[in-house]
Amino acid sequence: MGMTMTQKILAAAAGLAEVKAGQLIEADLSLVLGNDITSPVAIHEMDKFNKQSVFDKEKIALVMDHFVPNKDIKSAEHCKCVRQFACQNGITNFFDVGEMGIEHALLPEKGLVVAGDVVIGADSHTCTYGALGAFSTGVGSTDMAAGMATGKAWFKVPSAIKFVLTGKPQPWISGKDVILHIIGMIGVDGALYKSMEFTGDGIANLSMDDRFTISNMAIEAGGKNGIFPVDETTIAYMKEHSTKEFKIYEADEDAEYEAVYTIDLSTLKSTVSFPHLPENTHTIDEVEEIAIDQVVIGSCTNGHIEDLRCAAAILEKFPVKKGLRCIIIPATQKIYLQAIEEGLVQTFIKAGAVVSTPTCGPCLGGYMGILAANERCVSTTNRNFVGRMGDVTSEIYLASPAVAAASAVTGKISGPAELGL
Amino acid sequence: MQAKGIVFKYGDNVDTDVIIPARYLNSSDPAELAKHCMEDIDKEFVNRVQKGDIIVADKNFGCGSSREHAPLAIKAAGVSCVIAETFARIFYRNAINIGLPIIECPEASKGIEAGDEVEIDFDSGIIYNRTKGTSFQGQAFPPFMQKIIAAEGLINYINNK
Repeated sequence: MGMTMTQKILAAAAGLAEVKAGQLIEADLSLVLGNDITSPVAIHEMDKFNKQSVFDKEKIALVMDHFVPNKDIKSAEHCKCVRQFACQNGITNFFDVGEMGIEHALLPEKGLVVAGDVVIGADSHTCTYGALGAFSTGVGSTDMAAGMATGKAWFKVPSAIKFVLTGKPQPWISGKDVILHIIGMIGVDGALYKSMEFTGDGIANLSMDDRFTISNMAIEAGGKNGIFPVDETTIAYMKEHSTKEFKIYEADEDAEYEAVYTIDLSTLKSTVSFPHLPENTHTIDEVEEIAIDQVVIGSCTNGHIEDLRCAAAILEKFPVKKGLRCIIIPATQKIYLQAIEEGLVQTFIKAGAVVSTPTCGPCLGGYMGILAANERCVSTTNRNFVGRMGDVTSEIYLASPAVAAASAVTGKISGPAELGL
Repeated sequence: MQAKGIVFKYGDNVDTDVIIPARYLNSSDPAELAKHCMEDIDKEFVNRVQKGDIIVADKNFGCGSSREHAPLAIKAAGVSCVIAETFARIFYRNAINIGLPIIECPEASKGIEAGDEVEIDFDSGIIYNRTKGTSFQGQAFPPFMQKIIAAEGLINYINNK
């Protein structure tokens, strides 16, 4: 029996000719990632090791992004702890305020992940790098500590679900609509313990930013990872951003899949996930009038330059509705600078939005846009769980940057079509 | 190894944001985290939970964020075991890695109600509902994971290797 793309990468990293779904393996890691919330717990765990040094100071990335610039004293202590650890161990890829960005946008941009890599990160959205043809998955802090110390991690080889993407998305339809559609179809545990393998000629019509968004939310379907084949778009991105050698793996023709879904991208509509689960999806034409208080455009899911350009294309024509807060967060310093140079930030500010320094902030209810009781937010982030962005009675509607920007204009959940766009 | 306690019962998709909301993640002290465990889904949990008590839930327990603070908070709150129909994969790994016993058992999650007194024998995987006089066979861990659990967590397991 052949292997899936994920299985081939894991077999190579485990030094095995072949692996099968369900097999327990120990794989060599290309990179271990942590952030300002998960790293302090991992650093504390490191103290318990007999061997306390890191396996490779160049293969660890520590990104201060969740509660920075420090939102309070306790957060400042966490960052201080990580900063000291990075300094003591000579960690090359420590990204503090001034250089940081939201980790999953930052690592590809810095060229730290390429095709064929095996990456673990103490953050559930580590699955983002599947867009580059890498195996990457989220773990907890203890796994991160073990990875930092040994350069290895244990995995159960996942079985797979294949998504064959065909056709070309309509204008204003982006990677976010694709992944929300999929989660709506299979549910929040539809890919539990499994790899999500995206294939098909429609992928050529998806930009790297679209693919990052799709892989990013594989975890929202319970997936272990979400992986794309490597094509010209991937290779061009890696050559632009990285000097690392990449390796292309392809699924065998006789690889086994537990299920195969075919999705014609040209038929997809703007999709919105209603509270309080990402699987509660509705297409925009099904949404009745729902007034909102806030819009957030940003996060590891949708803080890319294309997301900001999309929002700006709407907000340059129409202002933000009075009384609504529209918060825009470029995912990295580089994207922020690019948005300034392209005039996007000027557009946002003139439209009545605020633009923040990169941070995960409101996505997880940290700071920079917390919701009061009964408030509603349309957000380009990835989770709409109870209390995720603030009070337990507040509501989050997940959507694309196009829907978020259009909703900021109308003050209710809207697609660009409602503005005649 | 055995556990015995009173059951707190929850439904599908209990996510790590409700187990320990991110507004408390500026601390990584388990005792501090335990004070807010389950706060957004069950405000009374921290007032009522006794050492040894058991959480029973339906599908996909622990979905969402990878925060290890979630199993740490549950363990520090005194919970001796979590039984669920299924667990989200990162929570599953984290629980094993920090030594919080968890058992997948769809029949038990259906056959146990809030307030029931339940006993678990981890060696045999048998879950006994004392209140109702029924028992269930939980899924045993693969030998590799049993070794991690026996070593009381991943770090000790690696140290012992």
